[in-house]
Amino acid sequence: MTTHYLVLSALLFAIGAVGVLVRRNAIVVFMCVELMLNACNLAFVTFARQHGNLQGQIIAFFVMIVAAAEVVVGLAIIVTIFRTRRSASVDDANLLKY
Amino acid sequence: METAADFVQHSGGVIGASWLTIALPLLGAAILLLGGRRTDRWGHLLGVAMSLASFVVAVLVFFELLGFGADQRRRVVELYDFLPSGSLHVEMGLLLDPLSISFVLLITGVGSLIHIYSIGYMAHDPGRRRFFAYLNLFVAAMLLLVLADNYLGLYIGWEGVGLASYLLIGFWQHKPSAAAAAKKAFIVNRVGDMGLALGIFVVFTTFGTIAFNQVLPAAHGASEGTLTLIGLALLLGACGKSAQLPLQSWLLDAMEGPTPVSALIHAATMVTAGVYLVVRSGPIFEAAPTAQLVVTIVGVATLLAGAIIGTAKDDIKKALAGSTMSQIGYMMLAAGLGPVGYAFAIAHLIAHGFFKASMFLGAGSVMHAMNDEVDMRKFGGLASVMKITWITFGLGYLAIIGFPLLSGYWTKDGIIETAMEHNPILGWLAVIGAGITGFYMSRLFFMTFHGRRRWDADAHPHESPAVMTWPLIILSIGSVFGGGFLIVGNRFMEFLAPAVGRPEEMPSFHPFSLTGLVTLALVAVGVAYAWMRYGRSEVPAVAPRGSFLTTFARRDLYGDALNEALFMRPGQWLTRLAVFFDNRGVDGLVNGLAALVGGTSGRLRRIQTGYVRSYALSIFFGAALLVGAWFVVGNL
Repeated sequence: MTTHYLVLSALLFAIGAVGVLVRRNAIVVFMCVELMLNACNLAFVTFARQHGNLQGQIIAFFVMIVAAAEVVVGLAIIVTIFRTRRSASVDDANLLKY
Repeated sequence: METAADFVQHSGGVIGASWLTIALPLLGAAILLLGGRRTDRWGHLLGVAMSLASFVVAVLVFFELLGFGADQRRRVVELYDFLPSGSLHVEMGLLLDPLSISFVLLITGVGSLIHIYSIGYMAHDPGRRRFFAYLNLFVAAMLLLVLADNYLGLYIGWEGVGLASYLLIGFWQHKPSAAAAAKKAFIVNRVGDMGLALGIFVVFTTFGTIAFNQVLPAAHGASEGTLTLIGLALLLGACGKSAQLPLQSWLLDAMEGPTPVSALIHAATMVTAGVYLVVRSGPIFEAAPTAQLVVTIVGVATLLAGAIIGTAKDDIKKALAGSTMSQIGYMMLAAGLGPVGYAFAIAHLIAHGFFKASMFLGAGSVMHAMNDEVDMRKFGGLASVMKITWITFGLGYLAIIGFPLLSGYWTKDGIIETAMEHNPILGWLAVIGAGITGFYMSRLFFMTFHGRRRWDADAHPHESPAVMTWPLIILSIGSVFGGGFLIVGNRFMEFLAPAVGRPEEMPSFHPFSLTGLVTLALVAVGVAYAWMRYGRSEVPAVAPRGSFLTTFARRDLYGDALNEALFMRPGQWLTRLAVFFDNRGVDGLVNGLAALVGGTSGRLRRIQTGYVRSYALSIFFGAALLVGAWFVVGNL
């Protein structure tokens, strides 16, 4: 009965992963990452319900906190990159290489 | 035969302070080497002073030694504990006995004269201070060699002499030939040193000690095989230092050093060390007849080889070097003949010290006058312009060929007579050697001082300054009277008896013995032939090609060729092989590994594209792979 939630979670995660891999805009990539995180949260909560305990829900809270902190840092980085390069494309920020 | 006197412990007196003879020249060397350029102005004077002071101490020691009765003249002076380690306990001390004091007087006396001579000879050399430092070092090492009361002390002096000779032969190290000659001398000596070291090891394992005063009295108690082994090992060492066959090749090249060095090496120090070693180890050799026989054979072979080489050399110093080889051969021969021979060996050594120093320094004086020319074909007729050099050299020359009543006559004749009694074959070979000596020394003398003047155009020969001629005069006096003084009335034999043992009967001298007359006749023939070839007739300016025999002698009896073929080439092949293995094998492995890692990482770093999305892709695939693997493993 919780299978649907899990399928939805897998779908959301797959959409997020594909978004991270194929999109160039850093903001969109960022949003896809958030999508993946939330897909995970959904899976955790589903499992918590399935097993009848609270551990999955607690972890979901942790993930939200980490995601909030990550958003703060990530957006700051993206804004800084945009300021220096006039572009939010992740492919333009490729100086750190061989 | 009466054995040598017992050893007596001694302290105090001048003998107690005899370590000064070693310490003074060593101090001189240290000051001159450490003081550097500050000592340039007076360095040579300090060197001479230290050498002379050492001589004075030696003379005082000599007279104090004479004050003791004959059986009390082996004084051992303990200095300090050198190696107190387990079963090897070496107390460093000095052994003052007639044998060592004879050497000390020769080394410091002739050595001092050579020091004085060098003031004049090296006057214009920028490295004069360094030269005197090395000379002092040489003298100090040689004194330690003859004074030490144990084999280890002797060995230290032995190595010190090797080092000093290396430094002095290669003194003009800017000349490649001098540098090569120094290396050659050092390496050839190293072969001999190995023999000496092995001999000392066997002495220690056999007797449990290496002090002379314990080893020598106990020598006859050991088995003959062991003693033969020790004797042959010591002989190898002696061959190296004394330039005997088969380790003779370094001596001729050693002429690359400044001439006073050649005089020092050939007359007072270095080459006499081997004779000293054999005579000092006399009890060991006496108990090992095989080793003694080998010593005599080596001596005879070398005396003939040296004489033959001497006949063909045009370089005045090399001809003299050949003669040194030959004369040391006589000493070796005598040293292999037991106590009678010992006295003659040492007497000849002392007489040789005088006349060879006189001739080498005379040769130096000639070179000094002739712009350092050494080719005798460019000399000739120098007698009239260099009177003092001519006379002193002439006296040395007469002494070495054994002109009646001069030094060489007494000592060499004694050796020949003793050898003749011992073994007629050895005796006759020694007689032939004396004849050849007469020829080649006359050739040298006539080519240099007589005949037509064949000088280079820019040569303006002149007599050397007094600081160089006075040592020559003193040495030539020694070469005239030294031998007679020592031999007549068996004076030296009596003096040496406490140290080396008294022969059953003292040799009596027959002025008209058959051997003596034949020797004189042969020498006269040699001189006459040399006069016809080189005195009376014209000496060609370019050496004639000569027969096979001439080439044979000119090439040092192919000694170098033999060494090269037998040791140098195989050695070079071996090193080349080792280098090849090192370059291709060891380095190949290490470098190959490095190249592999470098190349791989060079390709791998291309993965770092800088595109975040490609990283994300690889993370994704990695994660997928892990999950897949987990499923697979989980289902197994």
